[in-house]
Order: sequence, then structure tokens, then C-alpha cells
Amino acid sequence: MLLKIFDFSTITAAFHLWLSGKMSSVLVMLIEMTIAGMCALGLFVFLGLVLVYMERKVSAVMQIRIGPNRVGPWGTIQAVADTVKLLLKEGLTPDGADKFLFNFAPILVIIVSMLILAPIGFGKGLVIWDLNIGVLYISAVSSIGVIGILMAGWASNNKYSLIGAMRSGAQIVSYELSVGLSLISVVILTGSLQMSDIVNSQANGWWIFKGHIPIIISFIIFVIASTAETNRAPFDMAEAESELTGGFHTEYAGMKFAMFFLAEYINIFIVCAIGATLFLGGWMPFHIGGLTAFNDIMDYIPSPFWFFGKTFFLIFVIMWFRWTFPRLRVDQLLTLEWKYLLPISMVNTLLVTLMAIMGWYF
Amino acid sequence: MELENATEEQDDLIINVGPQHPSTHGVLHIKLKVNGETITDVEPHLGYIHRSIEKMCESHTYRQFIYTTSRMDYLSAHINNQACALAVEKGLQVEVPARAKAIRILMAELTRLASHQLWWGCTGLDLGAVTPFFHAFREREMINDIMEKTCGARLTMNYAVPGGVMADLHPDFVKDVKAFLAEFKGKFHEYDELLTGNIIFEERVKGIGYISKEDAISFGCTGPVARASGVSCDIRKLHPYDGYENLQFEEIIRTEGDCYGRYLARMDEMKQSMYIIEQLIDNIPDGDYQAKTKALIKLPKGEFYQRVETARGEFGVYIVSEGATTPYRIKFRSPGFSNLSALKHMVVGGKIADLVAVMAMLDLVIPDIDR
Repeated sequence: MLLKIFDFSTITAAFHLWLSGKMSSVLVMLIEMTIAGMCALGLFVFLGLVLVYMERKVSAVMQIRIGPNRVGPWGTIQAVADTVKLLLKEGLTPDGADKFLFNFAPILVIIVSMLILAPIGFGKGLVIWDLNIGVLYISAVSSIGVIGILMAGWASNNKYSLIGAMRSGAQIVSYELSVGLSLISVVILTGSLQMSDIVNSQANGWWIFKGHIPIIISFIIFVIASTAETNRAPFDMAEAESELTGGFHTEYAGMKFAMFFLAEYINIFIVCAIGATLFLGGWMPFHIGGLTAFNDIMDYIPSPFWFFGKTFFLIFVIMWFRWTFPRLRVDQLLTLEWKYLLPISMVNTLLVTLMAIMGWYF
Repeated sequence: MELENATEEQDDLIINVGPQHPSTHGVLHIKLKVNGETITDVEPHLGYIHRSIEKMCESHTYRQFIYTTSRMDYLSAHINNQACALAVEKGLQVEVPARAKAIRILMAELTRLASHQLWWGCTGLDLGAVTPFFHAFREREMINDIMEKTCGARLTMNYAVPGGVMADLHPDFVKDVKAFLAEFKGKFHEYDELLTGNIIFEERVKGIGYISKEDAISFGCTGPVARASGVSCDIRKLHPYDGYENLQFEEIIRTEGDCYGRYLARMDEMKQSMYIIEQLIDNIPDGDYQAKTKALIKLPKGEFYQRVETARGEFGVYIVSEGATTPYRIKFRSPGFSNLSALKHMVVGGKIADLVAVMAMLDLVIPDIDR
């Protein structure tokens, strides 16, 4: 068990010890928070670039195109070029807009995305803040995001933006219920809201394999509802380019638009990371019971690879949706949630509870 | 319609859709009155791309005026040209060679296919699916290449002239068309897989924009829009021209009357167009591609009318001649204008997204509506 699944907490603990020996505890905390913040920011920027590149390449494959291939090798730094372009553009604020809200909305949206990164475990011991109510924290903070969108839509003083924002509000508030219920089904089985506990409970098998059909149902509901919650096609009612010409961000340009854009991709990453953590074992390697040699080989693959592999698989699925499905109509969207997904989730939660009480899982 | 004063009386929101809007496919301006998401009133405004083509035609000779018609319904450019050529030929009493007739029909059906492919791609785009657009353009590109080889232009063909066609076919034409047919037939199932069978797509178009047979007739709807409501109005069957009477094809008539019916009507029309091309491609008669006509055509005094079936419906050319080298008056009957007039009837009571779906299924080409 020498190197098997390297634990990052040894590094952080050693660093903490070394720092504590040199300065006071307040200073240590400040330095550690700064480093964690910088890492989060770095990850943020990196994810933005990678996901934008990935989206463009995935869409290109679906649409029999080549995709970006001019800037850098295989077009890899196309996203950087795009960002530079957006930085150089004028950050226009429309005349009739509510200046403060208009400029604050993108910042709020991006702050929310950054906050949710905190409890996610990227690898064994690699987590910014492993708080004991991780799942609750995520559902609570993610619901602030819709306020940013509503603010943007209202402050723009544009009819299209307003309709987009109202649609987005109705959509996110409804779909949060399904997301919450599908998360709860895993929480019931684990008996803990802490993300690290949830991952550790999957050491002998991921919940999607251990939890029988009810967990598979809640996983599917989670994927559908989280696609809707991130405003992605086929649920991109809030943008609805062919109807509302861009929805809530119609009036945004330059870096302010880029912030919405970035927040969208970070949100995709976050919902996929949560899905991977709760249902697909987080950073836990793939094991098949009985095959010791195979399991040992799997154990030697570093834990962040497992986490990011699973997350990016889910991200690919969500991108796949976007590039193959037409958009739903707004009333159909709400019908889907209130008439189908929510009742199914409720019954499903009852089933999972029954399963947990009777111990009908591995 | 009192749209201007509406805000003072009610709390309805008035939205200007267009003239610059992604799903109006041109510079159509629609004044939309909505109550929440529900449309309570619709008023299309035209005039943003009016080029007074009909007036322009009066100062052009009978050979020249045909070229302006390519700029009306640019997706059915060849069929427009064909209609004008036929109208002039009616006045001249000239017999068009069999080869020219066959070439015209082949080109017309290829145009129809290209137009329907573009419509299919744009329908996907309007309903929020971007991928179909690229799939449609993959095959449409082959048609455009055939057009380019044959008459030098990819979109505004100007290939039909009074008396026949401007030039003979390119030697590769038969081979290229056969290659295209084989390719398109092999890939047609992808069209169905991407949109037709998709549950979201079906939900978006089934029962949307319903128009009954009687209403379709009274609004003057033609083409797939009317045929989806059960109106038999295919000019190729009712008043055959250029030898359509010798060809076997079905007039697609559906009874749904909604957007889904219009969608399926067009999809089936594509198959019929392929069938027509298949019948003709190996049987293009030999001989002249153009009848002898005078360099400066003079039509006898009188009125001449010719109707054809474009990809969008019935297109009519009405020429009033005073015996001069230029027409005294020209009037075009464009299919898009009549179809657009039924827009309000179709969308009021629906959602904003339904407006986009209905407009996509009407297959509007704004320069055709607004000449």
C-alpha cells in the first residue's frame, strides 16, 4: 500500500506544520487562505479555457467540422485569443440601465460559481474546505446564482432580457427541487452531508452500482435537472438565441459578457463534479470485486485523474445534449419538471429511504 | 390593429421582433404583443428590403428582366427565372426544345431540393438545434456545385432564358447529379434521426400553428403550407408546364394542418423531387437547348400569365404588353406574401417560441415577400 492512491492531506498537513512553526496562527490562516484562493482562481481560469476549447471541439465533431485549429497547436489557445479580444472590447452599459445592478450582476454570478468550488474534493485530501454540511452548502449557495441572472435581466432595461430572466427564474427555482431530491437520495444512503464522507462511503463500489435502480433513476434525474439548472440546451430558455436573441445577457458586451460565459462553464463543471462525487465515486478508483490485480492497477492511477475523468465524461454528456437536441418550450420545460421529474423524485426518495432502512444495498 | 395605443389600455408587453433578429431570416419586422409568454397579437411589418423590382422590370427588356427575379426568392431563383421565361414564351408562341424543357425541370427540382435542405437546417436552428444546419449544408453544397458547373452561379442562376436555357449542360452534369442522389439518399435517414423522430422536436411542432383547409384557402396559402392542410394546389399537377405532365410524381397532401404536417410535407416533397430527377436524368433528350428567338424580343399586345410551383408555393408572373420591347406592367404573385398573411391566424394564443416554430415552417424568404 506504499503509493496506492496518494493522499494529498499529507502535503497540506506538513505545510501547515512547517508554517505554524514560523509564525502566529492568524498569519498562517491568512497565508493558507490566500494560497487556496489563488489555487481556486487558477483552476477557474484553467477550467474556463479547457471547457470552452472542449465545447468547440465537441460541437465541431458533431457538426462535421474541424473546429478551432489556427491559434496555437490544434487551436488550443483559441480561448486565450478570444479572452484577449473580449478584454479589449468596450464594456458598454446601456443608457437606460440600472448602472449598479447591471455591472454587479456578472460579478455576483461568478462569485457564486467560485463559492461552490469550496467543498468539492478534487482528489484524496485535495479539497479547499471539507465542511460537514457540504451538500446542503452546495444547494444553498447555488440558488443565489439565479439572483444574478434576474438582476442582469431587470437592470438591462431590455424586454428580451427581462423575459429571459423571468424564464430563468422559473426554470432554476423549479429544477432545484429535483436536483435537491436526487442529491438527498445519496445523502440518505451515506448518512452524511460531508463530501469526503460520501466519497469514502463509495470505497467498495460507487453508488450508481451499489444503489440499485432508485439511485440510477436519481442519477438520470440529476443529469437532466442540472442541465436545466445551468441553463444549457435543450433547456437554454433564458438565452434562447432564436427567440430572445440572447436572453438575459443580450445587452452585455466585452468582459462582462465573458463573466457570464465563464460562469456558465464553471457551473457545468461544478454540477458534473457534484454528480461524479455523489454517484460515480468522486476520486475513488474503479474496482471490480474479486479481481485483486485489476483493482491494484486501478489504485495506482492518481486520484485527481479519476475525479477529472469522471467529471469530464459527464461534461461531455451535457455537451452532447446541447449539440443534438432542439430547445424545449418554456411551458413544456415546467411541465417536465412539475408533472414528471418532481413526482418521480419524490417516490424515488421514499424508495431510497426504504432501502436505507432495510439495508437493501451492498 | 391598435398596437400603438395598446400599452396605455392594458399591461401587455409589446416586443419588436426584427428587423434584425436571428429567426426572422431577413429583415422582417414583427410587432408582437405578449401577455407573459402568450402572444395576444401579431403584426408583420414589411418594407425593409423593398427594391421595387416590379417597377424596375418595366424598364428592362424581356431578356433582361428575368435576372431581377433571381433576387426575389433567391432560394428558388431558377424556378422564378423559369416562370418568367415561360410567360415570355407564351407571348412569343415559341416552341421550346424538349432538351431545354428537361434541363429546366432537372434544375428546378435540384433548386427545390436545395431550398428544402436549407429550410430543414434553418428549422433546426430556429428550434434551438444547431447541428442539423451543418448536415443540411453538407448535401446542399453538392447541389450548389452542380449549379456552379452548369450555369456559373451558385444561387442566382439566371439559367432560363426565353426559348430554353442559356447554355448546354456541363459534360459532368449527369455524373454529378447521380453522385448527389446516391449521397443524399444514403444520408437522408440522418435527417430523420436528428429532427423528425426527436421527441422534443415533435412536442415543439405538433398541434402548433394550426390552420384549417378553409382558412388556408381563404388566406391564399399555397405550397407545402396549404398542402399540409389538405388543399390540393401543386401547380405541377394542376397546370403542368415544361413537361411535368409526362412525369410521375405524387402531390404530397397531408391533413394535420399544423407545423408538423408542414414539416412532413416538405420532407416527402424532397423524396418526390429526387424521384423526378431519377426519371429524367437518364432520359435527357438530345437536340437544341434553346429555340431561336430574336435578339430583341417584342411581345404582341396583350396580357400573359404564367404560374409555377416554387419551393414555397405558387409563383405567378403577370405581364401586360403594349407591343414594345419592354413590358408595360409586370406583377408577381409571390407565395411567401400570402403564407405570411396567415401568420396571425396561426400564432395568436401560442407562446413566443411557437412564433419562431411557425415562421420556420412557413419557410419565409423576405426578399420574396417584399419585392
